[in-house]
Order: sequence, then structure tokens, then C-alpha cells
Amino acid sequence: MISAGIDIGSRSIEIAVIENGTLSETRKTDTGFDPIGQAKKMINGLKFDSILATGYGRNLFEIEHEADTVTEIKAHAKGAVHSFPNATTVLDIGGQDSKVIKLNDKGKVIRFEMNDRCAAGTGKFLEIMAKTLGFSIDTFGAKAISAEKDLAISSMCTVFAESEVTSLVAKGENPVEIARGLHMAVVKRVISMLNRVSPKGPIVFTGGVANNPFVAKHLAQITQRNVLIPDHPEMNGALGAALLASENNTKKEKK
Amino acid sequence: MKEKLLKKLQQVTEQNLIDIEAHKEKGNQVVGFYCLYAPTELAVAADAIPLPLCGTRQAPIEAAEETLPRNLCPLIKSSYGFAATDTCPFFRFSDLIVADTTCDGKKKMFELMNDIKPVHVLQLPQKQDAFIEPWKAEVEQLISVLEKTTGKTITREKISSAISLLNKEREAKKRLMDVAKAKPSPLSGMEMIEILFKTGFFADKQKGIDLLNEITEECHTLIQKEESPFTKDTPRILLTGVPTGLGSDKVIKILEESNSNVVAFESCSGYKQAFKVDEVKDPVTALSEQYLSIPCSVMSPNQGRIDLLTEMIKEFSIDGVVDLTWQACHTYNIESVHIQKLVEDKFNLPFLHLETDYSESDTEQLRVRVEAFLEMV
Repeated sequence: MISAGIDIGSRSIEIAVIENGTLSETRKTDTGFDPIGQAKKMINGLKFDSILATGYGRNLFEIEHEADTVTEIKAHAKGAVHSFPNATTVLDIGGQDSKVIKLNDKGKVIRFEMNDRCAAGTGKFLEIMAKTLGFSIDTFGAKAISAEKDLAISSMCTVFAESEVTSLVAKGENPVEIARGLHMAVVKRVISMLNRVSPKGPIVFTGGVANNPFVAKHLAQITQRNVLIPDHPEMNGALGAALLASENNTKKEKK
Repeated sequence: MKEKLLKKLQQVTEQNLIDIEAHKEKGNQVVGFYCLYAPTELAVAADAIPLPLCGTRQAPIEAAEETLPRNLCPLIKSSYGFAATDTCPFFRFSDLIVADTTCDGKKKMFELMNDIKPVHVLQLPQKQDAFIEPWKAEVEQLISVLEKTTGKTITREKISSAISLLNKEREAKKRLMDVAKAKPSPLSGMEMIEILFKTGFFADKQKGIDLLNEITEECHTLIQKEESPFTKDTPRILLTGVPTGLGSDKVIKILEESNSNVVAFESCSGYKQAFKVDEVKDPVTALSEQYLSIPCSVMSPNQGRIDLLTEMIKEFSIDGVVDLTWQACHTYNIESVHIQKLVEDKFNLPFLHLETDYSESDTEQLRVRVEAFLEMV
């Protein structure tokens, strides 16, 4: 039995395929301006018995492909528990939203909070700031780590922060220190959400921003909590959806 | 049969505007009310029609923002916008507006509204039992203001009979809301909101009571026949927090589109109206005491809301609670911390706090939260 999960996010689309309980294939692409067209291209040639969609494009996909859907919350919880069976706190920072999920000891979602009103403190925020400072997004975190001190950034709104950064650059401040300040702002914002929703125990960190070494390192340092990152943190939502799809299949077979 | 009654409700609503006009032509007055705290009995006792005023739609908000700040609760902006653009028939009919100093945004907005039409603002105390005397003085003063506006004398006898009439109306509303205690409920939350909203504007109170009772009887027949748009397994949701009405019902819509049933409304557009004024006591004392005890988040402390929720969660067999806050409504927003504690710790039920406005712009963001919340149920 082959099950697939597709996570149609605001910035990227991921697909994970599970064959007999093990991950057999992953695919990833940019969402662009035509999420459904992109999704269609991605599943082209892919073999699966069932597919489950998650992410903000899930409902469009459902109509187009008669697939079932789950929310990102449930998919990320499932993926996190698969990688770390004792997980009780999941932090996901994706392209355009961030969320904290609290799980009970059986892996069931018991509380969550989402920030998706604007790009504040998300992957998109870091991407725009990297561009403003002339860094590549892949090395932005490493650059920030190399700074000796951080310059405080007070705006979390992407638009306001961009003008704040521009004026700091104009004052002749060191871009690496500005980068550190921006990263710190993201970490602090996320910590207040963690403290509200799930203040104790290890944190499973997923989503593209988990690949940023600065955020993970300082998150662990400030909170004094273990930060666990799965092998491909950006695949976590798609993986969770694929796992749920395979559970649904098993249930249907039993019936 | 239910469809037939909802159609009748629509017809009666349209007829109602003609009824109000006829009433005005006879030289009678209309008094508009913005909030549940002002005793509408006093208008009835002055032979005037008490009418709730518009404030649940997005349309006039843009016009309101020419004067009011954008970062303000949509209920305040909508209310002011309807008045400023003269698009609320009930506001137009009103000879006097009665309002209260419930929250900061409202009381300052009413100062501006007073330039459009006379607004009498009651000073509402924000601690209930300790301030009954000053509140009673406000109620007494409202009596003289209404006597001046209408030219009628408001006697204790007239107040008493108004209390008994409006007790009947509240009882009828409560009986209707209570049909949703049945599992499954014969009504959707959207239908419930529509019925409560539309029957609120009736010029002839008795007509409204009769129609409410007719709908309730029909619902009991449906319960007996086990006819419902839902099943016994449909998640039963309690919506608490700010008031909702037609036009500000998007969260109810999303909840029910996601296969749940909103069976209970703990708000001033719902179960907070289900009280009874003592008919034995001195009528002014009874009115003052009963109305001041309404558990709105402007009160501090506000134990009444916790008590009411505790009772409703049990009686309506609730599976999850959604706490709705209009953007920039600080009192409901902060009080949500207490409500979350009650729901999660005492009842061990899923809880979702939503902050939004009347616009459709965040529909999909709300939908993710609502679906994830229902996955927890």
C-alpha cells in the first residue's frame, strides 16, 4: 500500500510518499502564483493508492483531486511524533506562518496557537531581511552566528523592520550584527508563543526555518529546553499527511 | 414546516417596518437601544417602541473610519457608520437613543453620535453588587428623560406590566434557545441566530412572542420525529464572548461548514438575554438589580460569566468552546484567559480563542484554526 501526503504551503509545496511504513520518496517545489498547477505537475508520474492534502491550498486540492484533507496542525503533530515518539511540543516556522502545538502523551493535539496574520517572524521575514542586507538565505543564519553582538530590532512587522534595517545600514552599522538582531527578534517572538501554549519539555522544531542554525541554537540556549530537529524539517507536514493517509487506508481495509 | 416558518419570519420582518411607521404616524415614539444593560421596559412603559439598533454589518465601516480610528472594535465602527450614513431604518425611526458607558470605545463614540441624534448615555458601574444605588439613580433619571421625550407619565404600574410583558418575551427566547439542548438539535446555529436577530426588531412585542413560541413548538415536533440537519455524533459547540448577528456571523458559518453545530451562544445576543426580572419587588429596584447583573466582560470581577458558562456547558452537552473577540475589544480579549482556564482545566474540553473583525479577509486563516480545533474534539 502506497500513501502520499502533499503540503501546499504559501511558499513551497512538499510531497512525501510512504510505502509499507517507510518513506520512499520526497519532492519539493516553490508554490509560485499557481499552487494547483504546481501541485498537479508535482504528482505527475507519482504512484500512490491514496493522497491526503494539507497546507493552505488543501481545500482547492480536495476539489480538484477528490482527496481528503487535514489541517497543518494535525499533519505537523503526526510528523513530529513519527520522528520523535515522545514529542509533546511542536514548533513549526514555515514560509508565512508559525505555530506551536501542544500534544498529550498519546500524541493527540490538545492546544495550539498560530500566527498567520502577517509575515512577522516567519521564513518570509528572514528571506526579505537577508535580501535587504545582501546575504543569501542559506547562509543568513551562519552569518548571524558569527556576529559578536546583536543590534536590537524593535519592529516585527516585515515592512517596518525593513525600513528599520535600511536606516541602520545608512548609519554604517555592521550588517552581520543587524542580521543577528533580526534573528534574535524572531527567536524572542517564538518563545513568547511557546511559553503561552506549551512551556515545558523538549521542542520538536519543524518547517524551513528549522534549517537556520541561529534560530535553533538560541532557542535552546534561551529556553534551556532540548530542541529536536527532524532530518528534513521542511518535509514534516507532508510526512504527517502521508502517515495519516496510510492510517486511513488501514482503517478502510479493516472495515 | 421549519422552512415555512422561516419564510413567515422573513415576511413578518418586512411587515414590521410598516408597523413601526404606522405606530409613529399615530404620534407614538421610538427609542433605540445599543446595549443589553439599558432596561427596555421603561420605553414600553412610556408607550414607545424599544428597538435594537444596527451594528453587525461590515458595509458602513468604511464610512465610520472617516471619523473613527481604524484600530477600533468593528461593532462600534459599524454602529457609528450606520448612524452617520443614515442606513439603519431603526436608527432613523428613533426619537431618542439610549446608550451606556460599557467600554471606552463606545462611550467616546456616543459623544460623536450625539451630533447626529440625541443620545442619552447611562453611566454604567463596573462592579455589580457594590454599585446598585448609583445605577438605580441612572435608571430613575432615564425615566424622567423618557417622560420628557414621550410626554407620557411612567407610573410604577406601567413599569410592572412592561416587566411582565418583556419577561414573557425573554422566556420565549429562552425556550427557543433551549431546543438546542436536544441531541441532535433541530436547528443550526445560523438558523438560531437569524431567528433571534429578526424577532428582536418587532414593533408589536406580542406578535414576536407568538412567532417565537410557534417556532419553538415546531422544533419540539422535529425533536420528537428525530429530524435534524445533524447526527448524534455532530460536535456540539458553545460560542462565547462578543455578540454576533446577521453580518457578523462568519465564525458560526465556518464552524457549521466544518461539520459542527453551534448549539449555545453565551453572549448578549444569546443566552445573556435569558433572564427574568422579579415581578414582586418594587419594579425600579427589580429592573436595576437584574440588568446590572448581566455578566459582560466590562464588569470586574465578572464571576457571573463563569457561572453562566459552567451551567451552559453542562446543560447543552458541550464538546468544545469557541471564545470570540472582536478586534480591539480589550475586555473580552483579556477575559479569555479566565475562560480558557475554566474550559480546559475544569471541563477538560477543547478551547479556541479567535480574534477577528467583520471583514471576510481572514476567512481561510479562521478556517484552519476552526478545523484544527474540531480535530481536537
